Amino acid sequence: MQLQQMYQEIILDHYKNPHGRGLRDPFDAESHQINPTCGDEVTLRVSLDGDTVRDVSYDGQGCSISQASTSVLTDLVVGKPVGEAFKKMDAFVELMQGRGQVEPDEDVLEDGIAFAGVAKYPARVKCALLGWMAFKDAVARSEGAKA
Amino acid sequence: MTTTATPLDVVGVRADFAILGRTVREDKRLVYLDSGATSQRPRQVLDAERAFVETANAAVHRGAHQLAEEATDAYEGARQKIADFVGVDSGGISGPAAGSEIVFTKNATEGVNLVAYAMGNAATAGPEAERFRLGPGDEIVVTEMEHHANLVPWQQLAERTGATLRWFGVTDEGRLDLSNLDELVNARTKVVAFAHQSNVLGTVNPVRELADAARRVGALTVLDACQSVPHGPVDFKALGVDFAVFSGHKMLGPSGIGVLYGRRELLEALPPFLTGGSMIEMVRMAKSTFAPPPARFEAGVPMTSQAVALGAAVDYLTAVGMDRIAAHEHTLTEGALRGLGEIPGVRIVGPLDVVDRGGAVSFDVEGIHAHDVGQVLDSLGVAVRVGHHCAWPLHQRMNVAATVRASFYLYNTLDEVDALVDAVREAQRFFGVR
Repeated sequence: MQLQQMYQEIILDHYKNPHGRGLRDPFDAESHQINPTCGDEVTLRVSLDGDTVRDVSYDGQGCSISQASTSVLTDLVVGKPVGEAFKKMDAFVELMQGRGQVEPDEDVLEDGIAFAGVAKYPARVKCALLGWMAFKDAVARSEGAKA
Repeated sequence: MTTTATPLDVVGVRADFAILGRTVREDKRLVYLDSGATSQRPRQVLDAERAFVETANAAVHRGAHQLAEEATDAYEGARQKIADFVGVDSGGISGPAAGSEIVFTKNATEGVNLVAYAMGNAATAGPEAERFRLGPGDEIVVTEMEHHANLVPWQQLAERTGATLRWFGVTDEGRLDLSNLDELVNARTKVVAFAHQSNVLGTVNPVRELADAARRVGALTVLDACQSVPHGPVDFKALGVDFAVFSGHKMLGPSGIGVLYGRRELLEALPPFLTGGSMIEMVRMAKSTFAPPPARFEAGVPMTSQAVALGAAVDYLTAVGMDRIAAHEHTLTEGALRGLGEIPGVRIVGPLDVVDRGGAVSFDVEGIHAHDVGQVLDSLGVAVRVGHHCAWPLHQRMNVAATVRASFYLYNTLDEVDALVDAVREAQRFFGVR
């Protein structure tokens, strides 16, 4: 059934038991992103230690896809160098925009591969990318603040 | 007007809508419950548009040839049908359309913007436009249940002119809170803009009462009739509003065509919004004068085949009978309120009874985001809208981030209402909240 393809167990697990949720101090920059079509929102903070993502904390309200995707994000990027985190982000964005035609690399995206089914539903791609857009923006802000 | 003595022949109606026969998401029967966003079009409307394009297509109100003449007649004939449909003056005294109170726009959004921008333009227009002028100290009144299309243009007009935007609140039940009517609509009020029927709550507002209050203080009324004109008999003269807007695509017509109604004396004094060809009286290099309405508000070659098709949609609706359509939707709405209301964890956002209530039923399912509910419904063939439905402040007022909205029309059936209710229960099973 198509529904199960989209709502993989991994996604539902992350939705029900999100990783890294809650806003924490200290942080270097914060980003607030809104999906104007449905009103979903996420506030996400990054804390960097030199070039490494020390922590990502977030709060928000939204659908299972946006919440689970942000939870997966924290698993993928915390403890990684910013460059590697961005590579994972690029891979995730490519997967989500691939209309279901992109074969995800589990070594890179880990639980993120569960979102392959979501990519077949263009209306939900924005949901899956909401937290990632906040992450990208927050890192840019923290780097801007340092420069 | 037809009577409700015989119920609507929904099987016969459905046969006119080819799209309702298709399947979606792997052979699921389509249950289309999103007519509040856009309605489907019957064969008769498509045939009329095609016949026009195949036999009479030309730019209207210009051209010295037979096609131009026939196209103009078809376009103006549609205007006349629409005027009759909503009980306003179709003009025609001194030539085609002259004096008509119906202006064709792209959609209802453009209609509201036309009025708001024209009022802004009144600042530099002649003395006849005095009554449209706004400035600091003046007030524009809207409601908390407005669609963004009847809110944002007024916010913008207030910003441009220095006027103050104020609004009626909404009760917990989803009705307009008129307890401070006399305070809100006062000597400073220049505009009162509000929806006839909420696109989220289904609430039908007391138009006459608001229009009377506005008239007492000399304020203009602007009615968003997008969710009322398609669904029941509407007579703008009887309602006593000054301006009203609605969209063709929500009433079996095409997208790209909408209607602005304006009382004739107001349209005659209102400065233009968009300017250019067709809307002029005389043009010189330094300055121009403008045509009388409705031409003054229809710059450029208009959407002709779309207007013709909207005329055909009005014919179709009239033949079925607006009273009959309203009664049919009333039955569907009752069924939906009952069926959804019986599901534990479902909260209907809007009036729970069908008094002064139309066929938009929005709800929240505890523990499941609206987007996720919509996805399960879609997998079962049930097409609904999810989100804030372009009424974000209303959702904030009702303490809900997003809702699922089912909206009914003449082609929907009680079986489809049942399919909706079953699908919502399935969503609860799927997400394990029940």
